[in-house]
Amino acid sequence: MEYAQQLFGQFFGAEWGPALFSLTKNLVLIVAIVLPLLLGVAYLTLAERKIIAFMQIRVGPNRVTFFGIPWLAGWGQPIADAVKALMKEIIIPNGANKFLFILAPILTITPALAAWAVVPFSPEMVLADINAGLLYILAMTSMGVYGIIIAGWASNSKYAFLGAMRSAAQVVSYELAMGFALVCVLMMSHSLNLGDIVKGQEGGSFINWYLIPLFPMFLVYFISGVAETNRAPFDVAEGESEIVAGFHVEYSGMAFTVFFLAEYANMILVATLASLIFLGGWLPPFNIAPFTLIPGFIWLLLKIAFLLFFFLWFRATFPRYRYDQIMRLGWKVFIPITLVWIVLLGAVMQLPPSFLNAFPLNLWFH
Amino acid sequence: MGFQDIIFYFFATVLVASALGVITARNPVHAALLLVLAFFTCAGLWLLLEAEFLAITLVLVYVGAVMVLFLFVVMMLDINLEHLRKGFWRWFPFGALLALVMAAEMAIVVMGKQFSLDQMPTPPARAADYSNTKELGRLIYTEYVYAFELAAVILLVAIVAAIALTLRHRTGTKFLDPAQQVAVKRADRVRMVSMPSEKKE
Repeated sequence: MEYAQQLFGQFFGAEWGPALFSLTKNLVLIVAIVLPLLLGVAYLTLAERKIIAFMQIRVGPNRVTFFGIPWLAGWGQPIADAVKALMKEIIIPNGANKFLFILAPILTITPALAAWAVVPFSPEMVLADINAGLLYILAMTSMGVYGIIIAGWASNSKYAFLGAMRSAAQVVSYELAMGFALVCVLMMSHSLNLGDIVKGQEGGSFINWYLIPLFPMFLVYFISGVAETNRAPFDVAEGESEIVAGFHVEYSGMAFTVFFLAEYANMILVATLASLIFLGGWLPPFNIAPFTLIPGFIWLLLKIAFLLFFFLWFRATFPRYRYDQIMRLGWKVFIPITLVWIVLLGAVMQLPPSFLNAFPLNLWFH
Repeated sequence: MGFQDIIFYFFATVLVASALGVITARNPVHAALLLVLAFFTCAGLWLLLEAEFLAITLVLVYVGAVMVLFLFVVMMLDINLEHLRKGFWRWFPFGALLALVMAAEMAIVVMGKQFSLDQMPTPPARAADYSNTKELGRLIYTEYVYAFELAAVILLVAIVAAIALTLRHRTGTKFLDPAQQVAVKRADRVRMVSMPSEKKE
């Protein structure tokens, strides 16, 4: 690493060397995050099809394999899907705004990937260890809705436009509840830095995780996360039985696939955030021998996988919410719950230190 | 010209171009999207000034919420551009005069002695663990707490007023109470009947 830095210094001079070196280093690190992420997205689609198939007593994809190896049957499916999508034609409808039509999928996937810059995978493994990490993620995820709105508008189609309108209203409403739920986490951890939030949950076992004192906030956050990613049962933006496929009805081939990838990348992001801020991130559930031997990174992956399973489970289980019920849940149920919880938490935090240092409260307030 | 300067001029160029686009674009949706771009590049400039909290909040609030609703409305409206442009030349002298006055005022302020570059020392670079967010929070909730609370109350009044102006109680709408729906038991809806099987002739 230092050798490369020196090489850059010699080649580009004292002024440009360090800047170009950090640029190159960050680009390499970005690729190192995005490539496994996209692979994870590809195999999440396979996991979804398999898990939902088992829940419905089917088999799911079990044909495509690598090099004819029988026990890998089904594992080649995401690759085959990607190749198929790449070869399909991208059809641009008549009267569509061509520039915005192409821009929309890009605008959807960019924030979904950009948000990963501040996610810490272990105490040292983080691309940008910034102070306002959580705010940055919120800002990035709120950008994702532009892709959907622009797609709906640029498609020059009534169905797509209806889907976009639904999605815009839904995402803006649930962002509020999500933000308020996160405010509770900030109050407990005294930090916006994701690494510090995880460190605030250290203390020996899973009892110290914010999941326990903030359990209602975890539910609010997770359900809002499902709504933000437009997943079932909140997938009215797609609503294939009402408005065909919603905002991406006019998209085909790779342009459609990019929307698809963004949705799954967002799912993984929501699951990652929930594991970081409520489930102790890379911390093992018990700080004793067999659990501490497993590296923190693996624990984080396990927690993410566990939460992702819920996304798939919801889709296989729940019927779609009606639109007015979605709005009611967001505005009339979640926001009051979170507001009450913020006030309660504030009151608890103002208790005299003798209470905060006594048994149950000293687990979380330190 | 260093690395930072290049980034600054890139953001500045995009910002000025998109701001010009906002007022010249014919399509209102394009104008709104260019305004989003302007906000975003502006946030980039603020990041260069080490104001990361303000930059991220600008993106979160204006780009993530306000402009989404703005776009929402602009897309729904069928704006007649001909109608909008009808009085253009009639009001042009007045608008030009306003613009001139504004430009002159800005020039007076910016060219004043107290704003010249030699009077403004470069602010000292902060340490990496310096938290803008914490400092802002401390200031808002201690020194400027009354102003902050006042602003909050004004916003609350605006919300109440907006709702009071638009709230209409329609009669005769069909309405389901979800609490009642959830509370339904099987016994309320289904009656189990024991029927003896009939004999086949």
